[in-house]
Amino acid sequence: MRNITYTIGMLFLFLGSSLLAQDITLTDVNVANTFDEMEGLLSPEDDKIHVINFWSTWCKPCVAELPYFEQLHDLVDTEKVCVHLVSLDFEKDIEKKYIPFLNANPSRADQWLLLDGKYNDWIDKVDPSWSGAIPVTLFIQGDKKHFHDGDFHSAKEILDIIHKL
Amino acid sequence: MKYLFLLLISFASINCSISQVDGLDIGDTAPDFSLKNIDGDMISMANYPDAKGYIIVFTCNHCPFAVMYEDRLNDLYNKYNEAGYVLIAINPNDPEVKPDDSFENMIIRAKEKGFAFPYLMDEGQQVYPKYGATKTPHVFLLDTERTVTYIGAIDDNARDASGVEAKFLEDAIASLEKGEPADPATTKAIGCSIKTK
Repeated sequence: MRNITYTIGMLFLFLGSSLLAQDITLTDVNVANTFDEMEGLLSPEDDKIHVINFWSTWCKPCVAELPYFEQLHDLVDTEKVCVHLVSLDFEKDIEKKYIPFLNANPSRADQWLLLDGKYNDWIDKVDPSWSGAIPVTLFIQGDKKHFHDGDFHSAKEILDIIHKL
Repeated sequence: MKYLFLLLISFASINCSISQVDGLDIGDTAPDFSLKNIDGDMISMANYPDAKGYIIVFTCNHCPFAVMYEDRLNDLYNKYNEAGYVLIAINPNDPEVKPDDSFENMIIRAKEKGFAFPYLMDEGQQVYPKYGATKTPHVFLLDTERTVTYIGAIDDNARDASGVEAKFLEDAIASLEKGEPADPATTKAIGCSIKTK
């Protein structure tokens, strides 16, 4: 009986750890400690359309529009359109808020975490018209660029910009 | 005729770029306001005829960035009030969109943090668009004539006051004291968008 309990216990432990292994951790995220570490994202060398959204778990309108970016994957050819979600969450919130959020909200997007707090040094590099309020979304394809200030209310709104790019 | 046409085009594009810029720029005269303070009084800049300058901070209760600067607002008040710089905080958010930023919650938060400066409600959201505030926190430094001398962030490190390397606002006040233009006169920082319906 004791052996059976032990076996069952071990089985659960095994299953549990294999489930845990599927969890999203910080290693699944591109962490940029300084803005230069993600500057390549803003000057892609391929001909894909890159949709780069700046958000944070503490920003309610940002979180509200994330499902539209997720839905976008079903509406476009994902070989041609890439969604990059750049979180501006704070370092102290990574384990407490950011990682749990990623696990609770599975996403096909390319996840980035930008920890550079010297905002004044890099906000203009994203777009000179950006005041610093989030959310904002940058659409880039080669030399073409469109900066969207504010939130989206449907996946179609995002798609419309992609089509006009 | 061709030149006239070109001239017209260039005027059109100039007009276009001007119309895109909302709110105040450096050198503009900031409009006064009359807004309700948390103690129930109506506050205007005209209430302070002897002010050497005004530090107008658009801020709120709910935004993590605004919260991170609450203690620093108290420090700024303590440092500059005696010197004649009037610090006025204004909550630009629509409380129906963000109940945390209701007038009642402003009173509670101001008490908790011991704000000694006015904390006003931009009721009807008429004032923040005239200033061109886009987020919280967003600071406008005005001289005694209400001429804008600095727009932007309080400093370069929202997350950690002890890690600040550039005190943008304090440097701008020092420049104002010397009668020199602020350098930088504008800065940017991440913040929460102003909540509207």
